Amino acid sequence: MMRLPWFDYRAPRSIAEAAKILAGEGPQAMLIAGGTDLLPNMKRRHQTPKVLVSLKGIPELKKVSNGSGIVFGSGLTLSEILNIEKTPTALRQATAQIATAHLRNMGTLGGNLCLDTRCTYYNQNYEWRKAIDFCLKKDGATCWVATASKRCVAVSSTDTAPALIALNASVVLTGSSGEREIPVDALYRNDGIEYLSRRPDEILTAIKIPQKNFKSTYWKLRRRGSFDFPILGVAVALRFSSGNIIQDARVALGAVASRPFLVEKASEYLKGKALSDDVIAEACAMIASRAKPMDNTDMDLYWRKEVADDFAGYALRELRGDDMRAMRMRIARQELTG
Amino acid sequence: MAAIPERVHLTYLVNGEEVPVSFAPYKTLLEVLREDLNLTGTKHGCELGECGACAVLIDGEPKLSCLTLALECGGRSIQTVEGLAQGTTLHPLQAAFADHGGSQCGYCTPGMLMTAKALLDGNPNVSREQIKQAISGNLCRCTGYQQIVDAIESAAAEMRGARK
Amino acid sequence: MSAQEKRFDVVGKNRRRVDGRAKATGQTQFADDLVLPRMLHCKMLRSPHPHAVIEEILTAKAAKHPGVHLVLTGKDFPVPFGIMPVSLDEHALAPERVRYVGDPIAAVVAKDEQTAAEALELIEVKFRVLPTISSPQEALQNPEPRIHDYGEQGNIHRNQSYEFGDVEEALAASDHVFEDTFFFEGNTHLAMEQQASLAAVEGDGKLLLTTSTQNPHYLHRQLSRVLQMPAAHIRVIAAPNGGGFGGKCDPANHEMVVAKAALVLGRPVKICLTREEVFYQHRGRHPVLMKFRTGVTKDGKLTAMHLQTLLDGGGYGSHGPASTFYTGVLTPVTYELPRFKFEACRTFTNKPPCGPKRGHGTPQPRFGQEVQLDKIAEKLKLDPAELRLNMVTKRDSLTASWLRIGSTGLAECIRQVVARSDWKSRYDKLPFGRGLGLACSAYMCGAGVSIYWNKMPHSAVQLLLDRSGQVTVFCGATELGQGSDDVLATIVAEVLGIDTGLVRCVTGDTGITPIDLGSYSSRVTIMMGNAALQAAERVRETMAEAASESLGIPPDRVVFSQGRVFAAEDPGKGMSFVEAIALAEAKSGTLSTVGSYSPPKAPGKYKGAGVGPSPAYSFSACVVETEVDPRTGWITVPKIWIAHDIGRALNPVLARGQVIGGIYMGLGEALMEEQVFRRLPPKLSGALVHRMPSMLEYKSLTSLDMPEVDVALIEDPDPNCPFGAKEVGQGPLLPVMPAVANAIYDAVGVRIDEVPITPDKVLRALELKNAGKNPRIGPEQFPSVPYPKPIFVLPPGEGGDGGELKSPEDKPERKKVAA
Repeated sequence: MMRLPWFDYRAPRSIAEAAKILAGEGPQAMLIAGGTDLLPNMKRRHQTPKVLVSLKGIPELKKVSNGSGIVFGSGLTLSEILNIEKTPTALRQATAQIATAHLRNMGTLGGNLCLDTRCTYYNQNYEWRKAIDFCLKKDGATCWVATASKRCVAVSSTDTAPALIALNASVVLTGSSGEREIPVDALYRNDGIEYLSRRPDEILTAIKIPQKNFKSTYWKLRRRGSFDFPILGVAVALRFSSGNIIQDARVALGAVASRPFLVEKASEYLKGKALSDDVIAEACAMIASRAKPMDNTDMDLYWRKEVADDFAGYALRELRGDDMRAMRMRIARQELTG
Repeated sequence: MAAIPERVHLTYLVNGEEVPVSFAPYKTLLEVLREDLNLTGTKHGCELGECGACAVLIDGEPKLSCLTLALECGGRSIQTVEGLAQGTTLHPLQAAFADHGGSQCGYCTPGMLMTAKALLDGNPNVSREQIKQAISGNLCRCTGYQQIVDAIESAAAEMRGARK
Repeated sequence: MSAQEKRFDVVGKNRRRVDGRAKATGQTQFADDLVLPRMLHCKMLRSPHPHAVIEEILTAKAAKHPGVHLVLTGKDFPVPFGIMPVSLDEHALAPERVRYVGDPIAAVVAKDEQTAAEALELIEVKFRVLPTISSPQEALQNPEPRIHDYGEQGNIHRNQSYEFGDVEEALAASDHVFEDTFFFEGNTHLAMEQQASLAAVEGDGKLLLTTSTQNPHYLHRQLSRVLQMPAAHIRVIAAPNGGGFGGKCDPANHEMVVAKAALVLGRPVKICLTREEVFYQHRGRHPVLMKFRTGVTKDGKLTAMHLQTLLDGGGYGSHGPASTFYTGVLTPVTYELPRFKFEACRTFTNKPPCGPKRGHGTPQPRFGQEVQLDKIAEKLKLDPAELRLNMVTKRDSLTASWLRIGSTGLAECIRQVVARSDWKSRYDKLPFGRGLGLACSAYMCGAGVSIYWNKMPHSAVQLLLDRSGQVTVFCGATELGQGSDDVLATIVAEVLGIDTGLVRCVTGDTGITPIDLGSYSSRVTIMMGNAALQAAERVRETMAEAASESLGIPPDRVVFSQGRVFAAEDPGKGMSFVEAIALAEAKSGTLSTVGSYSPPKAPGKYKGAGVGPSPAYSFSACVVETEVDPRTGWITVPKIWIAHDIGRALNPVLARGQVIGGIYMGLGEALMEEQVFRRLPPKLSGALVHRMPSMLEYKSLTSLDMPEVDVALIEDPDPNCPFGAKEVGQGPLLPVMPAVANAIYDAVGVRIDEVPITPDKVLRALELKNAGKNPRIGPEQFPSVPYPKPIFVLPPGEGGDGGELKSPEDKPERKKVAA
């Protein structure tokens, strides 16, 4: 049996209390919510925090509020997100495809956004990593994916982040000295180690999705119908005028870099256009050109790059109104309703 | 910083009974169930959340005991395979698994049963597709899932009958 | 109605398996569920290097760590072991050399796992690293350094060649000769249970090891060897296995280690492998490169085949000598093949050892053979099903290699899947992107010879009845989940006309059960079943005699059915089963009988003729439907049809479960399962590591990836088998991989001549097709392998006697064959 290392455990009852503990303990402390990402990492000794600060007992993090959009507390489990009627389609589809039903009952939206980056040289037991003399991300000096790289290229593997970026969402980060709100894409840095712009004393407390009347979708590439992390995530949110002209467009990619990101060029390109086959093809090429996967996840690297174009097409055609149910069933291996 | 306690003392509601437990704080619920409460019906296949063998119901929801901190379960209801039967009468799911080939080696069975129980407790009116979705977080290497789905379907029919 | 003619009481009925209730209540105790007072815990230190000499091990710090009771190293295990007598090349802990990342070096026994793991960190090992071999090609090119100092030569572990009739002559006379190379990637069992073992010294001073094993008998022998103790002082109990699939056949390092530790400490010691360690224990499917040269007539009859295989064996022998044989010996069983030449070579590499996995050595060549047949059918413009139907082996025939085919339902299997899948109106007629593929297979029902040479029975059963009415059956066979206990109870219950619920099975315990060789090679139903049948018939005879006196009828007119013992001519005249026991116990004393079984002698007499013969062969035919996205290569399998010639289904619900489970595992192998390794850039690192030793990254099908399977059980009882029942545990897996490949060809016209068949390979092949090139992905060439001169045997049809032609002038002149 793989065992957790020893740790001290704190269970604050409020965000303020949690922020205070976090500030007091310094970088030796880590936040735990659902634990589905952190605990496997601790068992594999990727992280051995001296103190775990649990967010589970903080009622504020479970709140859902409606206003000019929707605000999710970061502590809502992924299953709870799925049970909220107003959850936008892209977020719903992304959430429904995370891991497994059990893990969705445990993992939180905030946890998925803060998911550690992944790499086949990193997500291994301590003994395995010892056999390769470790890697840049943890305990080693070399990035085995790109040995000349000074930067860790571990992959951002969150499904919800690209969906939320497409939906133009923001996150609230709360520290002992106050809170700030930043767009979701600003939460991330293209660095496999320092992949979040969250400061160590900050807690991701809420996710705000503005009311934009977006039609949105999320397509995920993975080998199997469950369990697997994305090896490509395409999220698109479009707002159409009455004449089927795109007024606003946001396209985001996940799992092809150390961060999820907005594909600005394609987003700009789509504005003011109708989704003709030609427009879709042009946009897909722009989107696919930004997918630069590395050889550190499941499936063949070159193939993953090649199909980015197709997955972008699935997303755009679905938003155009094409019947993509059969295709989605084949790819996702399950029905995903908006 | 306060010293890390050697042991944590809590009370769980395990299969409907209040049970005091005492364990090292780094333990997962899986470890406490198996090692401190001798409830070895709950299995482990990876301890990393990658197989579903350790699924139990926590407050009625199927969760993975291998990724649940035991010290976060104080006062919670935990249901394991040991609590599924009523006395010597098998739960319809248990009978159906035994009768329809739902168990071969039996190792994934407890996790499957608890997952299926949560599904059918919520709604016994389920399609094969919904069953497959519900158990898609439980790996099985023996059955190819078909007879597990058969068994859950059969139990669902029986439970629907019982509700009427 | 006579005693023989009675209708079956239990055979053929869908029944709850005898261990079903315990499994559904979580009461089945697997090895890691066991706890003993004062039990200690063991963890093993494993090599971080793929190939190295151990120069020094310092264990003093670990031994002094609080809570540590014992540290063991290679010097504590001077005697080597191995499952096969010709490959005793393993040590419980490596004494001086490690051969793969994960090779065990030392063990710590401590008060708990956490403490043992901490102490492992304190063991200092000084290694001198050696160059590594990562593939058979490298092994052939680099005879030095040798991974082992035994074997054929260099890094070749086994090398063999057989020729049954002059193959070159037949190929030269063929209308067409097809030459194809295929590759089958290695994969692993991934049983849900991680192996665990608990050793203890019992009250009588003897050693008890309770463990996850498929073969307690072989383990028992090897423990006696390694511990240098009389076998009679050792008891091995096979705990119910949480899946086996071949992965728990080999005696394992950790079993030796905890046994030794318990003997040293006088306290129970338990170990449970982590999932990563299970990947290192491995003994799974060998990666095999294959080349087929197959001659056919223009109307689609095989004339001859020259099969060459090259196996990647990993770091130790394991079952390798047998695996090497199995990459060829069962090839001639499915279709009539007048002449057959088979060359096989197994190399050592610095990776976890390969061994037996469901189908043991046979799925790989079956894949090549069945895909090649699809190509042959296309070239000859024949329907692939018709092609096969026209050449299935005949009942009671001999193959060119002197294997005796008994019953065969293959033709009916083919007809069934053709009808059920609507093959005739859909094959080659579906729209682009959708396809059907067909493949067949045959598998043995138990290996004809034991792993170590002896003339004793392969299986033995003891039966004990008493006046309480309880029937206890003892047998060394091992329950893996496949239902062996249920087979045992079924056969006894059927003979005695009682419910299986009255039968208590005591199995897999070398201390109290008569020897059965183990749960491997699909032998249990046939061998244990025949032994059980004999024991049960013997006790029935004794009971019938006593009952006949009371009933005033001849013993052969006594019927045992539905829990009663009665007169055939007057069913009302009789008694309960319990009363019949009491009568017999009064008349003859304690009611206990034994039964035993040895397989029939094989007709072949040449050296090596012992591998392949079986009391019976099962047959399967499979149709797979695929949908392939031509833009991405994405593969969906919406449906699979299988017909399996099982002889007779003793418990159809379990038989179907075995079939579907085999299909599931085969589909996983076809589409995604692979045990692959990664070598880091040699300038920077000597690492050669398993790419993904985890449940998440070793991809196995989930419930959402598994199609519905349509199962037809073909029942044509085999006279060598109990109630005619043949194997079902392994055979149905084998046709799946080639059927998938053939279906993909039907869907989009590309050949993927290797498994797993992944979307990237399909897309690359489609790109080749669009570029006007050969739309095929697969190995380009077969390396030059220094196979030995073949053992030449004349096929039965050419007047041979089953022996090797010893003198060179007996051999027909043959052209030199380029390797």
